[in-house]
Amino acid sequence: MIKIAYYPGCSLLGTAREYDESLRAIVKKMGIELVDVPDWNCCGASSAHSLDHDLSVALPGRILMQAESLGLEDLVVPCAACYSRLMMARHELMEDAALKARVCEMTGMEFRGTVRPINIIEFLQKYSDTFTDKITAPFDKDVACYYGCLLVRPPKVTNFDRPEDPRSMDEIMSLLGSKPVEWDFKVECCGAAHSITRAGLVGKLSSKIIGNAVHRGAQAIIVACPLCHSNLDMRRNFINKAAGRKYDIPVLYITEAVGLAMGIGEKELGLHRHTVKVRYPEKVKVEAEPRPKAAAATKPTPAAQTEQTEEA
Amino acid sequence: MSATTHHHDADSLAHKLNNATGVSPTRCYQCGKCTAGCPMAEEMDYTPSHILRLLQLGLEGSEDRVLRAYSPWVCLTCEVCYARCPQEVDIPKMMDFLRSESARLKKVNPRAADFLSFHKTMLDSIRYVGRLYEVGMIMGYKLRSWHFLEDVLMAPSLFFKGKLKLFPHLIKNRKNISQIFKKSGNARTEAAK
Repeated sequence: MIKIAYYPGCSLLGTAREYDESLRAIVKKMGIELVDVPDWNCCGASSAHSLDHDLSVALPGRILMQAESLGLEDLVVPCAACYSRLMMARHELMEDAALKARVCEMTGMEFRGTVRPINIIEFLQKYSDTFTDKITAPFDKDVACYYGCLLVRPPKVTNFDRPEDPRSMDEIMSLLGSKPVEWDFKVECCGAAHSITRAGLVGKLSSKIIGNAVHRGAQAIIVACPLCHSNLDMRRNFINKAAGRKYDIPVLYITEAVGLAMGIGEKELGLHRHTVKVRYPEKVKVEAEPRPKAAAATKPTPAAQTEQTEEA
Repeated sequence: MSATTHHHDADSLAHKLNNATGVSPTRCYQCGKCTAGCPMAEEMDYTPSHILRLLQLGLEGSEDRVLRAYSPWVCLTCEVCYARCPQEVDIPKMMDFLRSESARLKKVNPRAADFLSFHKTMLDSIRYVGRLYEVGMIMGYKLRSWHFLEDVLMAPSLFFKGKLKLFPHLIKNRKNISQIFKKSGNARTEAAK
């Protein structure tokens, strides 16, 4: 049995618990054992770095140091925000000896740098052999793979995929039998932590993302971050308000899509916990491009109108 | 890039920024790529490139405008600016510094008061629980910011979906966490002297 260190993070115990449930369900079938970081704490998320730099390194620093005690190299971090904070802390602790000394003094522990955080995409890429041979119900949908900010940026720190047009998630979805659509908002920000303080702004940013995915013919949006998921799914009423129309495209964690393809039940994957019901709109014929110009010219807003009919 | 406007005293904000974070505003040649890609630019009072310009000039009053700006608080730390900057100016790190500096000097923009409440409530949750306790954090924020009724309608549906936990997950070694908070607070007061 392959053993991997696991840092769930706070969201995966609460609003993103289906992300944790679906990950645990798929690794069971993949023959991988996740070992939780002992007595893990919060990474500090967006608040620690906003107010106190040393704290923003010490909190994720403590997680890395706790993980080192497991003697495992890879630490899988499904939350993109936690992943970003852990990578940032590791980067700074490796580069800045004075900061490292301060942080070790603060935590009362030693930092050796033996643990390497990996995000969920890297994890699925690395162990793709353990699920591709178990695909019983291909996820044959047209999907928009949404990477968001923190998996790919800052490129110097995460050093993962192409920062402007990443491909790794698209490749995994192709393995599951999906057709990833080409779209424009792969790495755009959903509004992240402003969800509580400025829900209207989040609705505005996220409605552009959903609108483009629908326009490009996606039947589902695939995400790898609890913040992206809660903004695109839980905040759908703000999105619909900003867009002035109702979108029903479902948003799935990549682990849920892997689980569905492996034939795991919807309930076990936590799909019932979504705000937007997981029902896929009809497939759109994108091959029809280029659209007849004459027909488009007679309509006042061709893009919006075609979307409406595609949705119906 | 060494225009006469770019020389700074040791007590200038640009100099302090450079000392604390290694970020140098003088590297910016005002191409505006950061502002062009910023999803929050239209919400800001000063765009990212404008803030850099104010720091470069270091004129009387311009530093105060930067510290009292709304921009750093509405910044999402999405890192688009840094990823695209041809001069590799770490703007998100600069925004972090400006937030903590303006909070320390009590110059937080009045429109950003609720952002500060949010961050403080979140850090309180981590300090006492060790983890982010979503329900407690949101309730604490509502009390601090006086936004009582927002989002209350969502609570029952989230509860029935099993997403709201009524009790926090306490970690065991909370003493260690409070020690981290205490020591980093002390270090900050030391640095400020």
